[in-house]
Amino acid sequence: MGKDFDILEHTADTGIVAYGGNINEAFSNAAKAMFYLITNLGPIVEKTHRDIDIIARDKEELMVDWLNELIYFFDTENLVFKRFEVTVTNAFRLKARVYGEKVDKSRHLLKTGIKAATYHMLKVDENGDHYMVQVIFDI
Amino acid sequence: MASTWRDVINRIDAYRWEIPREYKPGMLVPGLVYASESLLNHIWQEQAFEQVANVAFIPGIVGRSLAMPDIHWGYGFPIGGVAATRVSDGVVSPGGVGFDINCGVRLLRTSLSGEEVKPKIEQLVKELFNNIPSGLGSEGKMRVGEKDLDRILVQGSKWAVEHGLGTDNDIDVTEESGCIKGADPSKVSHKAKKRGIPQLGTLGSGNHFLEVEVVDEIYDSSKARVMGISDVGQIMVMIHTGSRGFGHEVCSDYIKVLVGAVRRYGINLPDRQLACAPVNSDEGRDYLAAMSCAANYAWANRQCITHWVRESFSRVFKKSEREIGLEQIYDVCHNIAKLEKHLVKGREEYLCVHRKGATRAFPPGNRDIPDIYHDIGQPVLIPGDMGRYSYIAVGTETAMSESFGSTCHGAGRMKSRSAARRGLKGSEIARELYDRGIIVKAGSMSSLAEEAPIAYKDVSEVVDIADKAGISHKIARTVPVGVIKG
Repeated sequence: MGKDFDILEHTADTGIVAYGGNINEAFSNAAKAMFYLITNLGPIVEKTHRDIDIIARDKEELMVDWLNELIYFFDTENLVFKRFEVTVTNAFRLKARVYGEKVDKSRHLLKTGIKAATYHMLKVDENGDHYMVQVIFDI
Repeated sequence: MASTWRDVINRIDAYRWEIPREYKPGMLVPGLVYASESLLNHIWQEQAFEQVANVAFIPGIVGRSLAMPDIHWGYGFPIGGVAATRVSDGVVSPGGVGFDINCGVRLLRTSLSGEEVKPKIEQLVKELFNNIPSGLGSEGKMRVGEKDLDRILVQGSKWAVEHGLGTDNDIDVTEESGCIKGADPSKVSHKAKKRGIPQLGTLGSGNHFLEVEVVDEIYDSSKARVMGISDVGQIMVMIHTGSRGFGHEVCSDYIKVLVGAVRRYGINLPDRQLACAPVNSDEGRDYLAAMSCAANYAWANRQCITHWVRESFSRVFKKSEREIGLEQIYDVCHNIAKLEKHLVKGREEYLCVHRKGATRAFPPGNRDIPDIYHDIGQPVLIPGDMGRYSYIAVGTETAMSESFGSTCHGAGRMKSRSAARRGLKGSEIARELYDRGIIVKAGSMSSLAEEAPIAYKDVSEVVDIADKAGISHKIARTVPVGVIKG
């Protein structure tokens, strides 16, 4: 079993590359990588969950919308997540249940604020039984 | 790919470099980069030329795809990029504005001197830090409902002043008088409003800051005096923040809409993040109406913070705001698209000027700048990193004729955030700055490390290139004595 994700760095912005044996895993690992940029995942306790249902025009848009939806929960409810049960269907629909809790500054070290996931250099690639996704954030 | 920038760009003079249309097939206009040779090496390494060239693809672009001296690699558009498109048949692009719509800078002067402030600086920084919400995940102390928010989105600074958070003079010396016309809250998603409500009146995190500064050099004393900058040693306050999650959501929402529009209108783009739609289309008009809401939100945000700065000074120095003389010099936005008239090849054209990490720099006599600055030109505020200095400049005729009335906006990053974190720790940076007489308070030590002075270009190099190229003229320089970081 290989690693779930890598962090990419450019001068002004930060991105992630996430891997998976299927598209669901790749989407889940991309979300995990994004929350790793925001805070350390270890101390997050699965106290609550949110359900997400998104339809997009292609898989790239689905990826951007998925991550932006999670940023929305962070911004409006101060929620951080560590586990992502994702199902992506062919017609570019994503259903997910995501688990985490409200930020508690005594336990969660907040590292980087993320404004949005961008389309810049965005990749959602399938190569046999390997998925690789790349996303650059505006932070 | 060519091995050095010398192979692909043409020198116009020591501070102007042209990227010819042959650089990349599909460019509608050439590129123009304001830079010195040493900065060009850096720009080349991070492939920002490629992005300047990509912007030259957008339909209706006129003049040149411009890069200010603080240009750096962005997403889609470079940061430090200026692109003007014809309103009649050109496009508007949210990527040419950025996620933080109307991120901008406000400068307040005081009648206090460094000598008066330094003995109380720790107390002052603490008071400002406690009084102005900052940092990741912070909520504002404003309690506004959705109806109030709609008014804020239409009125901008005026809403805050009407609620006792400022003066009419603040509005007079704010770009667009703190309110872009044409804002329509019905073009903004519920999600954006939900992100905006709790964050009104917050500084945010990342490169946003509030600084207490002292004037350390004056280059043009008569123009400085017009701005109320009379002496070296005078204390100033600089506020750098924008439209927070509200603007980020507006940008994300409309990139999605405009990705669809690109297909519908058959627009050829080398990067999806450049997504755009004709200015004169439903999508284009809707974006501009929503962007204006975000711009107005940002002005209301800086106006609220201004009020709390005054309150904090008043408490610490036990004097009235009037005695402290905390008056606004100016407020500029550096992430925005504006509908403006400019001369193109001798003919006046109505243009959509995108400034992403660039500051408007209108010349003396321009009718869109406040009367008090009629003779000197529009004040331009250029923040540097927290360990060095910031600049006050003015707009020029050269900017008007060459760069659609635009100049640089800041230092520009040189090191990535993680590279900065691998250097000194946040607490070490705070100590080092303390030893140099700069008191820093930050919401997170990790974010402080990312903002280390060494992560940025020296802003004086950027400002000097703009000055020598003539697109802005420097008036004064300030150094920080107290810094609040998110």
